[in-house]
Amino acid sequence: MTDAPNLGDELTRLEEIVRQLEAEDLPIEKALELFEEGVRRLREAKSRLAAAETKVQQVLRDNSTDGTVRLEPLDG
Amino acid sequence: MSGVDEAWPVSRLAKALKQRVESDWDATWVRGEVVGLKRYPSGHLYFGLRDQLAKVDCTIWRSVAAKLRSAPEEGTEVFALGKPAVWEERTALRFNIVQLIPTAEIGGTAQQVEQTRKRLAADGLLDPARKRKLPEWPNRIVVITSIAGAAVRDVISVARRRWPAIEILVIGATVQGEAAVAQLNAALATVALLDGVDLCIIGRGGGGKEDLAAFNDESVCRAIAACPVPVVSAVGHEVDVTLADLVADLRAATPSQAAEFALPDRDEAAHRLASIDAAMAKAMVGLIGRRRERDERTRDRLAAALTRQLHSSERRLMSAGAALPAALERHVRRPRERLADLQGRLGPAMSRRIDRLDSRIERLGATLHSLSPLAVLGRGYSMARSADGSIMRRVADFKPESRFTLRVMDGEIRARRLPE
Repeated sequence: MTDAPNLGDELTRLEEIVRQLEAEDLPIEKALELFEEGVRRLREAKSRLAAAETKVQQVLRDNSTDGTVRLEPLDG
Repeated sequence: MSGVDEAWPVSRLAKALKQRVESDWDATWVRGEVVGLKRYPSGHLYFGLRDQLAKVDCTIWRSVAAKLRSAPEEGTEVFALGKPAVWEERTALRFNIVQLIPTAEIGGTAQQVEQTRKRLAADGLLDPARKRKLPEWPNRIVVITSIAGAAVRDVISVARRRWPAIEILVIGATVQGEAAVAQLNAALATVALLDGVDLCIIGRGGGGKEDLAAFNDESVCRAIAACPVPVVSAVGHEVDVTLADLVADLRAATPSQAAEFALPDRDEAAHRLASIDAAMAKAMVGLIGRRRERDERTRDRLAAALTRQLHSSERRLMSAGAALPAALERHVRRPRERLADLQGRLGPAMSRRIDRLDSRIERLGATLHSLSPLAVLGRGYSMARSADGSIMRRVADFKPESRFTLRVMDGEIRARRLPE
């Protein structure tokens, strides 16, 4: 699995940051804090978007013991 | 040969025949045309099954007849499962049928599919309202298909192009032939054993219409409906829609298309990040601008208030006149000096504060530039905005004839969607 939080969560958080920044009367210190968090998350999201590599695995069932599965890499 | 003195009664012959015929005879599928169908008031059915060379009399007992999915029809060809039996009274052979299927229904023909469809519909499994939405940002997807087929490769290649940050779990299953139904059902059951799966693609890389039977199978359809995560069907046939397609949460024509539906688009995500960039920068600049205005207004108000106070003190001093003792004069002069001093210090303090904000804005500006959406536009992307300024991402955002502006690297172009 990819590292949590996933990009969807990142985008959700970033859009929340934008909404908060757009709100009137946000104390300047809070705004700077949010902005810095936003910049950091944006950088991470962008680099993750560029670096990710698809992982492909085959699911194998163990016939002797019903209900257990194992994963093996599959060459795409 | 036996002697005359050992002659059998007829009934013994009948009994012997019965024993020979009925012992150790496994149920057998027989194929033939239904002729001379008679339905008795008792509920039993009698008819003949015939081909070009032979005919056999058949019975379907009432208890069996009541359970048949489709009753035999005169002149139709059927598959009949049964055992031969001898009716001793006439030493007549009958084929006792326990299951009967019109041959037209075998192999996923329209009639059989329609009957299955009705049963699925009766249980609400085809109701559009029960279709689940695919998760917007999947991490882990399952692909159920033949390991050897093209479907796996197609899904992987779309994933690498479109959304590489995905983990693909492949559950191998034969998708055609006798084993297909059992293997597809087992694969669907396995999905529930896996953690963190966001959705499932079930399908095949291509093939003929006769191979679609497993995807019209009732148990496979019910297993799809019972799957704990949304299922995208990708049976790989443009013309025929299978029942699996109807039960699935989303139907794709091919495995590649299923992957397109299931996975977000990296370019689109990059665009979204770019617009977040822009919005964040704009919000920050606006916020700091408002803040500076407020600081300036505060400084002006303070200065004016101090000046007013000073003047009123002065006026009071004047009216008190020379009559005041010198000590009182000192008492008044001291606060006055302090006020003047305060006013003198307040200006620079405010200026310093504003200077600090200015340099902070400058630093932020530098950061913003490095994140600017213009950088993205410079790579050849463009961003469309509607008249109200919202970003237009999808075809649906572009109403026919609507006007919009297209933001490119070095400016904006006014544009209009051509009529259909």
